[in-house]
Amino acid sequence: MTAPVAIQLTVNGERVEAQVLPRLNLADFLRDQLGLTGTHVGCEHGVCGACTVRVEGEIVRACLLLAVQTQGMAVETIEGLSDSGEVADLQAAFRTRNALQCGYCTPAMLMTAQDLLRYEASPDREQIREHLSGNYCRCTGYHAIIDAVEATAQARRGETS
Amino acid sequence: MKASAFSYIKPSTVQETLALLAAHGEGAKLLSGGQSLMPALNLRLSAPEWLIDIGGLDDLRGISVSDGVLRIGAITRHVELLRSSEVADNAPLLAQAMAHVAHPAIRNKGTLGGNLAHADPASEMPACIVALDAVLVARNAQRERRIPATEFFTGVYETVLAPDEMLMAIEVPVAKPGQVHFFHEYCRRSGDYAIVGLAASAVVEGDRFADLRLGFFAVGDRPLLAEAASELIGKPVDAAALAAAQAALARELDPQEDQQASALMRRHMARQLMSLCVATLLRRPDLEIRRSA
Repeated sequence: MTAPVAIQLTVNGERVEAQVLPRLNLADFLRDQLGLTGTHVGCEHGVCGACTVRVEGEIVRACLLLAVQTQGMAVETIEGLSDSGEVADLQAAFRTRNALQCGYCTPAMLMTAQDLLRYEASPDREQIREHLSGNYCRCTGYHAIIDAVEATAQARRGETS
Repeated sequence: MKASAFSYIKPSTVQETLALLAAHGEGAKLLSGGQSLMPALNLRLSAPEWLIDIGGLDDLRGISVSDGVLRIGAITRHVELLRSSEVADNAPLLAQAMAHVAHPAIRNKGTLGGNLAHADPASEMPACIVALDAVLVARNAQRERRIPATEFFTGVYETVLAPDEMLMAIEVPVAKPGQVHFFHEYCRRSGDYAIVGLAASAVVEGDRFADLRLGFFAVGDRPLLAEAASELIGKPVDAAALAAAQAALARELDPQEDQQASALMRRHMARQLMSLCVATLLRRPDLEIRRSA
């Protein structure tokens, strides 16, 4: 039974059928089997947040979920959010504010920030910090990221920053 | 790193799960939210032959209140507990503490039963259920048993659960009128495991405690229900009484030294938390130890 297992799921709205080893985590499945390399792998034990994706509409750590566990579920990655335009304004704000440098943490930062903004239209800086507290950035620093998320929230409310 | 190879099975009933546990025993691990198990697998601290995914056992899910007991199914996720009005109304300590457990993406998957069975001594929930005098319901293929929280934890990552047993639910006595709570933890970053923390439940009558349960965490190999609390019950608390209780607490503590803090620092923080707790619950700011400027 350590042999591959058949799974069916949707990834960014597309139906996917695959054979996966039980030990394969969702991040590696997305990257290696589907070629969706926007989901990054950092620490591989749930600390850095670089692998954050949406499963059934909720953000999760893709390194702490087995691909077999996503049987029948809907998975969304940064490619999906990017292609649909859902985070286009957030991405633009990150560029404008220099909220990325090497870019390694950025897809997951966008994923997590968008998760906050979907449910909280007017987060203060402390709420933004708290929601992003599980996502590490090792180069740009966090202030510009907070700025970008705050500016996006303001713009979505129809206010100018 | 990547997890080593294992076999995966996802049973659809409790009976089937317990039969699998009986068959595989130590060679199997239950996979609930996976937020502690998966890191252990990826770091190869754990390498079971079998992973039994209990995510499909709906009998183990959900929150209900009846006969003065708040019952939380073992695979109820942290995020559900955090958003539950039943929990907020009947066990506000759990609701407050849950906001300190990791991060949103972890709380969307992590489960209460998984957290407790993992038994990390620096984790918030074990200390909370000890302070709240909760009962854990465990089952194997033959029988069900009820384990007081105070007897459940036996060491670092160790509990009284046998290899063939599974946690079914956690039962918390509903908060009584006059029952108050306190939660505070020292940690370097939001969402980290605590350096030292305190989850407390008390009944305050006038200027004194009619009851006080102090659940310290990250001060030893398991959550500590401090007997030193007895020094503070049923009498007016002044600075001398508090100092006596802190001295009693110091005798109970056996903190570890690690990269976060020395044992001495943990002892200091535990004393500090005790005074902060007492000052807060009795509304006596004069009793709080102030750090010197």
